[in-house]
Amino acid sequence: MRYLPLSDDNRRDMLAAIGVNTVDDLFADIPAAAKAKAKFDLPNSASEIEVERTLSALAAKNLNASQAPSFLGAGNYRHHTPASLDYIIQRGEFLTAYTPYQPEISQGTLQAIYEFQTQVALITGMEVANASMYDGATACAEAAAMACRVTKRTKVLVSGGVHPNYRDVTATSLKFMDLSAECLSPDPMGVEDLLGRVGSDIACVIVQTPGFFGHLNDFSALADAVHAAGALLVVCVPEPVSLGLLKSPGAMGADIVVGDGQSIATPTMFGGPGVGLFATREKYLRQMPGRIAGETVDEDGRRGWVLTLSTREQHIRREKATSNICTNSGLIALAFSVHMTLLGEVGFRKLAELNHAHAGLLADGLEQIKGVKILPSAFFNEFAVQVPKPAAEIVEALAKRNILGGIPVSRFYPTYPELQNILLLTATEMNTAGDIAALVGALKEVLQ
Amino acid sequence: MTKPTTTSGNIGLQIEQALIFELNTSGSTAVDLPAAPKVRTRLGNLKNDKPIGLPGLSEPEVVRHYTRLSQKNYSIDTGFYPLGSCTMKHNPRLNEKMARLPGLADIHPFQPESTAQGAYELIDTLAHWLKTLTGMPAVAMSPAAGAHGELCGLMCIRAAHEANGQGARKTILVPESAHGTNPATAALCGYQVESVPATADGHVDVAALKAKLGPTVAAVMITNPNTCGLFETECIAIADAVHAAGAYFYMDGANFNALVGRVRIADLGVDAMHINLHKTFSTPHGGGGPGAGPTVLSKALADYAPVPFVVHDGKKFMVEEHAGFGAAAKSYGRMKGFQGQFGVFVRALSYILAMGADGLRQASGDAVLNANYLRARLSAELTPAFKGICMHEVVFDDEWLKGTGVTTLDVAKALIDEGFHPMTMYFPLVVHGALLMEPTETESKSTLDQFIASLLALARKAKQGDQAEWFKGAPYLAPRRRLDETRAARKPILRWQPVEAAAPVAKQAAE
Amino acid sequence: MGQLRFTKDHEWVLVEGNTATVGITTYAQGQLGDIVFVEVPAAGKDLKAGSEAAVVESVKAASDVYAPITGAVTEGNALLPDAPETVNTDPQGAGWFFKMTIANPAEVEALMDQAAYDKYLAEIG
Repeated sequence: MRYLPLSDDNRRDMLAAIGVNTVDDLFADIPAAAKAKAKFDLPNSASEIEVERTLSALAAKNLNASQAPSFLGAGNYRHHTPASLDYIIQRGEFLTAYTPYQPEISQGTLQAIYEFQTQVALITGMEVANASMYDGATACAEAAAMACRVTKRTKVLVSGGVHPNYRDVTATSLKFMDLSAECLSPDPMGVEDLLGRVGSDIACVIVQTPGFFGHLNDFSALADAVHAAGALLVVCVPEPVSLGLLKSPGAMGADIVVGDGQSIATPTMFGGPGVGLFATREKYLRQMPGRIAGETVDEDGRRGWVLTLSTREQHIRREKATSNICTNSGLIALAFSVHMTLLGEVGFRKLAELNHAHAGLLADGLEQIKGVKILPSAFFNEFAVQVPKPAAEIVEALAKRNILGGIPVSRFYPTYPELQNILLLTATEMNTAGDIAALVGALKEVLQ
Repeated sequence: MTKPTTTSGNIGLQIEQALIFELNTSGSTAVDLPAAPKVRTRLGNLKNDKPIGLPGLSEPEVVRHYTRLSQKNYSIDTGFYPLGSCTMKHNPRLNEKMARLPGLADIHPFQPESTAQGAYELIDTLAHWLKTLTGMPAVAMSPAAGAHGELCGLMCIRAAHEANGQGARKTILVPESAHGTNPATAALCGYQVESVPATADGHVDVAALKAKLGPTVAAVMITNPNTCGLFETECIAIADAVHAAGAYFYMDGANFNALVGRVRIADLGVDAMHINLHKTFSTPHGGGGPGAGPTVLSKALADYAPVPFVVHDGKKFMVEEHAGFGAAAKSYGRMKGFQGQFGVFVRALSYILAMGADGLRQASGDAVLNANYLRARLSAELTPAFKGICMHEVVFDDEWLKGTGVTTLDVAKALIDEGFHPMTMYFPLVVHGALLMEPTETESKSTLDQFIASLLALARKAKQGDQAEWFKGAPYLAPRRRLDETRAARKPILRWQPVEAAAPVAKQAAE
Repeated sequence: MGQLRFTKDHEWVLVEGNTATVGITTYAQGQLGDIVFVEVPAAGKDLKAGSEAAVVESVKAASDVYAPITGAVTEGNALLPDAPETVNTDPQGAGWFFKMTIANPAEVEALMDQAAYDKYLAEIG
């Protein structure tokens, strides 16, 4: 087996040094009766060529976005990956390193985390950020729990404009912590009244920008109301490319900003792994979950970085930790940071502008189709449209024409008949004018 | 010993590298994007015109920046990581190649099921391997890491108890030797933690555990093999007692790599166990993640598994995405966005198919062989914490350092100068000054011999009695010497700031 | 000079009239190492003997400081959040954690005096 270096001679010598006869003797502590049942009807080892064939055959059963124009988003976005990005994250010193608990030989990872934290803080308009969470949905749940710790309250209010996966993960997590999440009805028209619901019993209000249905809102007035009630404002950003063009959540008064860096870091990858972004105000630092890198000096006085404030974490605080998170999303955070560094201020803004322009082009095309109505008046690169037939049928019909033409909202909200005819569409820099024309043309046919 | 001084501060191939923010050339970018089509802007009043403050660098500068950073890292590609409980094994590049097939990378979690049959089949195939290797009837694939898998298991347990009218069970029993994630997870699941002592020979104190069982205990969480590197020989008796008391048996699967192909978890009486794909099944640690923590479940718990999960109706694969409906009628909810850590699944399956049933059994054998070889050879100078054979990892205490003035930490830091990553230190907590070593199956005998020679030489040096000061100064030859962690924690500097903005952090962000 | 008492959790209690000043002992700060963070209770907080009153952290350890007796906090040491190292440099002086009222003088009587605490330290040695 090519991954196992020991030869039979090695094994013999080593068994002799240990003083046993066989490898099986080393497993003597496992009850014999249990061992005897260990029969596995599974295939034996395979060559590299065979593994490639098996997995390529599975890959071939999927319609991928390089084969079909794709307009899918809903928290998972297809952007361009610069060639140097994938090269850098495949360097073995990043890819195969452990968590940087030994700072003397982990300065590369630690400095990269420190740069990542700074980039996340800058784009969200916040003061501090951590080294990453699993994904946007779990980061949202962590933010809700943190708001409850900070305010010592037990209930959070979740907008109908928040991604349904974020809502579900938050509600599930809080339920088991004996806290509760009130999730407002999905809000495709962008009309819900949050201001009127802010009471002194809630720990936080959770909103999203751009909203799940595409709406853009200024949450400044909401932030004021939330703060007046002694609560926190949590803002989710599932598409951080939008922050290249939009007013930051920090500028609106957010106390915690969470998001998913997938859109900037990795291919869509069927939804994972992503990277949870988590940023907050310095005054809440000690309630923040997850690892944090900080600057210091070594014995020779040279600048360096270490993981710090670890007493918040599970390996020290155990049952009193801020979270149980250990493994996070380090490599994806690095990918996010590398791409942000490649883009820089100018590239980040341009990328956002390009996304918005392509979405505008898509909107212009769709508005020419009878019976199709774009719901948000302002949007970034994604919006909900009202269509004259069930959106799920339309999407299937488009797939038959080799177009991944959006996501039916009913996939997320099957029990809301009023959402059946709503389709979610996204355009990024990857969608050409030709793609958009193809979608518009096919949609006209399907709706006839 | 001091390093030579140079004008640049560089020392040969060890090159100092500034922060990206200090390398900024305003207006530079490493990405040339096509021109945007002219269309009407539809951003309402939300457009931001203020600078964000991101630095601009060209492509060669960026590539060099990260290449230099990477060269300050130790990694499994560089050398040996004897990190106990962390399972730092070789990460095959085939896994990476497979994860980059467009048909697996360039697919979307919400594209129509009919266009993603290969993706669902891949998840189902990996699930089949995990269920077969453990003998368990079900597996929840969506947990994102080991601790997340623990949470999944405990959530299933709590949901099952509540469904059975046993909601008053509020305590989880956790051995003192457990990973910190166990008590932290129990707390996140609304449970109180009660600690179970260890016996002098490094096992769970079964009598003490049984005495604590009762109508308020929801579950016990036991790591097996445990963090002392020993198989819990009373595992089946513990499971029987736990079940007789109406509780469930959660097994922490962090050390499953010692058991693969040797025994099925189901035959040990386990109700739930997470599997760290980034440990046992070779997916890269990536400097901290990502991982994946699929959690196998017994029949008693399977119905409560979180969404999403893949089902097959005899003709095609489908995904159940909503708790409370269809096959997910009793599901406790959702704990992860989208379809789980798919990219990690691809890598793990690539490894599993390459190894096969025979290779996986050989791997656990070689892992345990390597650990026992370290134990046998290092016992010449070090003091094993427990007598006899160990499993995939071996723990030494610091008895052998008594009176030398040298600590476990000092020895570990001195190993860095020898070109090795330190072992796990001061864990498990039940062993004084613990040095926990896990070689894994992917290290050759010659690597182990070199490591053994270095560590034995350091041990002899420590025992000379007058070397404490030298040890305290180690490492001398790494990119950095020991870092001042006290300073980092007392006055945290957690992000770069432009010089003129300096402290306080709050001021700049508010502007 | 008031009456100095100690707990088994290595806290000292200085009783002066109706007020008790509470901190951690020289031994305790030595065990913790470099202290990097201290959280002290706000004035007005009611404490029961044995309840969690303050938090003290070093780089690799976090400990709760328990109320040695029952009473109400009258003052938290405002110096400590910004200068936690004071607990290392002057644990039984400027590094005090909080002052509190004494609800039940008998609770003070039950604590160890200097001689008993020295003996206790020698035992756990």
